[in-house]
Amino acid sequence: MSIKVRYFASLKETVGRSEDELESIAPLSVRDIWRQLNPDLAMPETLLAAINMDYVSLDANVDEGDELAFFPPVTGG
Amino acid sequence: MPIKLCEQAFNPWKEIEAYQTQTAELAGKHGATAVFVGTMRDFNQGDGVRSMFLEHYPGMTEKQLQHIVEQAERQWSLLDTLVLHRIGAVNPDDTLVLVAAWAVHRGDAFDACRFIMEALKSRAPFWKKETLVSGQARWVENNSKGYQSK
Repeated sequence: MSIKVRYFASLKETVGRSEDELESIAPLSVRDIWRQLNPDLAMPETLLAAINMDYVSLDANVDEGDELAFFPPVTGG
Repeated sequence: MPIKLCEQAFNPWKEIEAYQTQTAELAGKHGATAVFVGTMRDFNQGDGVRSMFLEHYPGMTEKQLQHIVEQAERQWSLLDTLVLHRIGAVNPDDTLVLVAAWAVHRGDAFDACRFIMEALKSRAPFWKKETLVSGQARWVENNSKGYQSK
């Protein structure tokens, strides 16, 4: 399955990429995907995630065609 | 319930006046307007700040703001709301955010305005990157609780 993964703000700089495209045949959680794409980078404690622009927990399942985003705590306003 | 992301500087008071004038449904009906305006400071965490860049997640920002306003509309009796937020390069004294809530009575207007603003701070995907007077750039890691200790 194909999943688009996006990174924002300081996390984009830490990871060194703004996007990944993931092909996988196994069902994956948000946490699985982070580990698979960033094997040498510990998951930040404050990491936030969204699937298709809605907040999700790190244990949520990601489906084919989803857009998954990782980002740090938001600081608008 | 317009929600706008603005790349250019805007005057919050003119935006409120213009919106209220063009929205016929408000004429003679609203008894209360609560307004919050957030402005960029030239200092943060003990450092002088020269400028700032507001990154956001296009699409998710609008979606989350829409959710927040709809939640407020379910919780309080509102006639209308207006939410504007800057994106991109901003300078000290620029307005960063405007939240306005119109209602028949003040309680609904005050409470909804506060709710929308606090929810925006914790849920809308914006991120601030400051350029300090020293030239150093840094990401703002967390929003404050909204109070200065006395």
